[in-house]
Parts: sequence; structure tokens; C-alpha cells
Amino acid sequence: MTPSKPRVGLFVTCLVDMFRPTVGFSAVKLLEEAGCDVDVPMDQTCCGQPAFNSGDNASARKVAAPLIDMFADYDYVVAPSGSCAGMIKKHFPELFADDPAMAARVQALSDKTHELVSFLTDIMKVDSVPAEFDGKVTYHDSCSGLRELKVKQQPRKLLNSIKGLEISELSEPETCCGFGGTFCVKYPEISGKMVGDKTRDITETGAKTLLAGDLGCLMNMAGKLAREGSNVEVRHVAEVLADMTMAAPPIAGKEGE
Amino acid sequence: MSVSTSPNFKENVHGALRDESLQRALGRLKTGFRDKRLAAIENLPEFEALRDQARDIKNHTLENLDHYLLTFEENVKANGGHVHWCADAEEARQVVAKICRDTNAKSVLKGKSMISEEIALNDFLEKQDLKVVETDLGEYIIQLRHEPPSHIIAPAIHVHKEEVADSFRETHKGRDPNRSLDEPRELLDEAREVMREHFFAADVGITGANFLIAETGTSVIVTNEGNGDLTQTLSRVHVAIASLEKVVPTLEDASSILRVLARSATGQEMSSYTTFSTGPRREGDLDGPEEYHVILLDNGRSNMLGTEFQDMLRCIRCAACMNHCPVYGAVGGHAYGWVYPGPMGSVLSPSLIGVDEAGHLPNASTFCGKCEEVCPMRIPLPKMMRHWREREFEKHLSPSSFRYGIKTWAFFASKPRLYRAVTGIASKVLAKMAGGKGRIAKLPLAGGWTDMRDFPAPEGKTFKELWAEKQAGKGDVK
Repeated sequence: MTPSKPRVGLFVTCLVDMFRPTVGFSAVKLLEEAGCDVDVPMDQTCCGQPAFNSGDNASARKVAAPLIDMFADYDYVVAPSGSCAGMIKKHFPELFADDPAMAARVQALSDKTHELVSFLTDIMKVDSVPAEFDGKVTYHDSCSGLRELKVKQQPRKLLNSIKGLEISELSEPETCCGFGGTFCVKYPEISGKMVGDKTRDITETGAKTLLAGDLGCLMNMAGKLAREGSNVEVRHVAEVLADMTMAAPPIAGKEGE
Repeated sequence: MSVSTSPNFKENVHGALRDESLQRALGRLKTGFRDKRLAAIENLPEFEALRDQARDIKNHTLENLDHYLLTFEENVKANGGHVHWCADAEEARQVVAKICRDTNAKSVLKGKSMISEEIALNDFLEKQDLKVVETDLGEYIIQLRHEPPSHIIAPAIHVHKEEVADSFRETHKGRDPNRSLDEPRELLDEAREVMREHFFAADVGITGANFLIAETGTSVIVTNEGNGDLTQTLSRVHVAIASLEKVVPTLEDASSILRVLARSATGQEMSSYTTFSTGPRREGDLDGPEEYHVILLDNGRSNMLGTEFQDMLRCIRCAACMNHCPVYGAVGGHAYGWVYPGPMGSVLSPSLIGVDEAGHLPNASTFCGKCEEVCPMRIPLPKMMRHWREREFEKHLSPSSFRYGIKTWAFFASKPRLYRAVTGIASKVLAKMAGGKGRIAKLPLAGGWTDMRDFPAPEGKTFKELWAEKQAGKGDVK
């Protein structure tokens, strides 16, 4: 290890950890290829967002607080999710606002936390990836990444560097898919309507693959597409950028699909 | 029709999603509002700077609200008008009733006013044997249909033109029953003819106010039909009903905010009519009311000052938040169950009618953030909805199963070793349940998910398990 390499602590996110480890390994690969030294603190669980967005700040703090020390020694904290990165970057300072003793450390964590793809392009100045992909994809802009972290052109820039890959844009790429964390189970009918509108838009692009940067949204859209019998394959954008689509079947898809 | 209330939100949603006519109507939000707003702001490079300015004007006003309201009152009086301070809806209704009695009014004309909806004025006045006619076409239509508005600037957005024709045939007696009412133009012409008779016979004209200007004692309304002007100038008595936060310091401030209002609302640079009313008719004036009254309604707003909800009082009722909200777009305004729908309603309604009554509303959001993105006054709507969720959680208003779920999850998520073990087992169990299909069609305890969509199965092992194996392979496990 050369000392000049930035040390990145990967915040895997609870969903990637449990449902889609391939996204985690894709992130590690992309970060290492970009010249980072990647480490994964094994005691990480979740960013606390489910509790925070449910109004249970005490629980949110209980889950979030250990991350502040856990990631203190890294140059950067990177998450393959705009939502979780946004929670740490934008909402941790709010969550711990009443605790002046924590303020400086929370701010330091906030400052160095990034969403994966925008970290690659904006901080590590990656402008192309050596991946291969043949076909038409469409890309959904997940809300938190888009509005809290301004992730918009970064994934498109890297995807466009892949020879053979063509992006067919959704008519409304910035419209929420209806996931919304606990929203999707608290208000399933509204969520179902929203994701139904989204899958119609996806189908109309003619793309064979749907990509996005947040696993929650991807599971919602993949689950709906599967329910509709669609043959659109759903993947996290990192899997395509890291050229790791052979490592796992598409989300909600079976082996060989 | 059955009455939609906020506690019934889920039932309302169920009905709204199955209402094909409503769904078709909601499809108009994109071309009717969103596309037009986008085009308007793309033509105004300084739009973002104007938003900052508008926000700052309102913030300054709210910080000095007492001063500007008193200045406003002083100037209204100096112009010969009257100001009535009303703490709640009942007081406001009684003041209107008294004005009507004192002026021997038989008929009341209404310009469009959400405050009037908030204090349920029409029903009240009709019980006082007054004839009440809404003059905004949309409001007139829903008045004929005995419905509340479903949108704050397009109250009849849920109604199709065929339904309007039916209402007109039923109400406008003495006209040719075979007349054509197929075209919007024909509907408009008929409404105009009918309305004209009402205008000439009006005693009291009640309007809302988009702004109250402190330095001049002026109330301002913006309309596209000109009905507001006629309501307030042809009536003998003009009553403007406005909530406290409508005040701005100067004409210049009102003009600044007007630049973002219509663009955000309808995509117009300005509304067709922007009408300034300063006092009653003066000696030598050709028209105007004999009396000018302003009702300043609090109704819960002063309780928001100094709280995490103060920013909501910047709202100028442009409706951009609901026009862009995917939840509003899915269920429409009536589902929200009270006067103010969409994101602004989800923040304001709990403030005005109580979070125990309106508790669903701030929860029914994905926090997608689109509302905040388009709000001309930069109101942090999602953040304030989250503050309502905090209050609900503190007051134990959220369902106990949900509270228990969050607490249980937090218990595991704050014990890393236990969490690793449990998620490791869960991943394997779920992967096995999927049986190689990659998804689960029906999952116990997860009906909210699987009623609507399949549940994508985990790969099998957790990332941390695989990472540990990999590191062990490298010989440097942590």
C-alpha cells in the first residue's frame, strides 16, 4: 500500500449487506481501480434513516452514533447509495444538533462522506471505466442522491464511457419510484400506484436493463417489474460500471435470466 | 358523497386510486402545470435569486409580524377601512355575519378564498339565509356540486367538462335544454351570463388576499378571470379575509413575490389580473365599495411562530408543491380530507387542526423532495413533515406495531455482532424461500410489500460474511 492512496471506509449500507453483496464488491472494485485503499469496518449496521424518518430520533441516534467513531480515521466514507450517504452527509448534523460535544466530529464525518459514483467522478476524477456492456439501459434518478447530493450527470458520464452501452432516458427520470423507506409498507396502495407509473415509463424506453444508484428503489422497481412479468433486468449502476454483471443474477431475477 | 376526513386518509386513498375519472383528471397536472412552470422559469435566469429574495422578505416579515400587522391596520383605518382581528374560525364567521346584518345584505358574492374554505364560511352564511355565489369558475362548479375544492388554485381540477355541463343543465333553469355545452367556450359563456346577473345584484363581496401591504393598507388579489375585481368593486361592501401571514412590508415586496407566484403556480409571468384594494370608494371615485373590511385571521398560525414550523408561514399558496407531488398526483386533493392538500397541507393541516387529526398526512410522503425543489419560498417541506412525525412519535400517536418495529430494529442495529448473526440467518432463509427464483411472491408479515410487488430475494450470504471470508483468504482478517 502506498501512503498516498486515499483511505476509504466503505459504508456498505444495510440493504446491500443483506440483499446484494455484489453491489458492495462492485463498489470495492471501482474504488480500488480509482486508486483508493478500501476498508470495511465490520461493526457497521445501518445509518439510522428508518428511525430518523419515522420521527424516532432517539433510536436513530442510537444506531447512527457508533458510525462517527468507526469512520473517524478514514479520509473518505463512501456508500453505494445516495440515500444513506445523504443521511450521513445532510441529516447527521441535524440529528446531533443538540449535542455540541459531537458537533465537530459529526461535521467532519459529514464533510468526507460521499455517494459512490459522484465520489468516483467528482473527487477521484474518474471519467471512464473499462467495463463492457452491450445494450440499451435506462437510468432512474433516486430522489435523495439527486436532490440532496446533486447526483445526476455523474452516473451518465461513466455509463456513457462504456462502449456498446446506450442510455435510453425515462420520460420522467426524476419522479420518485414510490419506495420511500417505510412509506412503501405504510401506504402500499400509493406506493403501488407510483411504482406502477414508473414501470410503465421504464417499459416505454425499450431498455432491457434498468439501473439506479440506490438498492431500496431498485428492489421496489425490480419487485414490481417481476410481478408484472417484465423481462427488464434490474441492477445497481455499480455492477455495470465495475463490469460485475456476471457475479449475480439481476435483482429479483433468477440465475441465467 | 361520503365525507373525506384526514383520519380516513387510507380509505380515501383506496377510493381515489379506483376512481377512473379522478385518475384521468390528475393526468392533466403535467401539461397543465408542471410543463408550464418549467417553461416560465427557464425564461427567467434570475428565478433562483428571486426565490431567495422572496424567502428573505417573508422571513423578515415573520420576525416582525406584530409590527407589520399593526402598521397595516393603522393604514387601513387611515384610508377609511375597518380591520377585524379574529382568533379563530368562529370569530371570523361571526364578524362576516355581523357585517352582512349591519349592511342589510341579502346576497354575498365570493372571490376565490382558501381562508373561506378553512373557516367553512359558505355553509355558515347560507344558514343565515344569505344567498352565496362563488364567482371563480372552478369554485362555482364545486359549489354547484356541493364539494370542497381538491386543489388550492384549481379547485375543480377533478371535474371533467362533461360533468360541468351536467351541473349547468341542472342548475341554470329556463334555458334551452338542447343547447350545446360540449365546448369549454360554451360553458364559459354560460357561466359568464349567469354570473353577470349575480354581480349586479350583489350586496357584500368577499375575497381572500394574496398579500396585505403594510405601508399602504392595501389588500391584493391575483386572479385570471377578473371575477375577484368585480366581486370587490361592484358589491356595496368588500370584505377581504386573510390569515395573518399574508402581510408584507411594502408594495415593492409584494411585487417581488408576485414575480415568483404566478410562474410557480400556472407558469404565467403574471396572473391576468392583479388587483390592489386600498380602502372604500373615495369622493370622486367612479366605482368601488362603500365599505372596506379586512378580517385578519389567526386560527392557529401564531402558535407556529418561533417553532420548527414557522417557515411554513412563508407559503404563498402557489400550489407548485402539490402540482409536482407524486402522492398528490396519485390520489388528488380530496383524499387529504381537509382544506389544504398536497405537501403544504401535510405540514399546515396538523398545525391548524391538530396532528392527532391530520397525522396521516405528514407520513404519506416518500420524502422525495420534489416539493421543496419547486417551492418558490424555499420552504423545507419534507423536513417539517419529519418534525410532525417526531411529534407523533413523542406523543405515541404512531401505531404501536410500527413503534415496536422501529425499536426492535434499532435494538439489533446497535448490537453489531448480534446484527451480523441475525442478518446472516435472515439472508439465507429468504434466499431459500425464493427457491432459486430470485424473488418471493408472498411473504408473511410483509403484506404491505408483497400485495403490490414481488420481494427480491437476497443473494444468500451477507456482504460482511463474504468480505470476512475474502479477508481470511488473504490472511489479514480484521
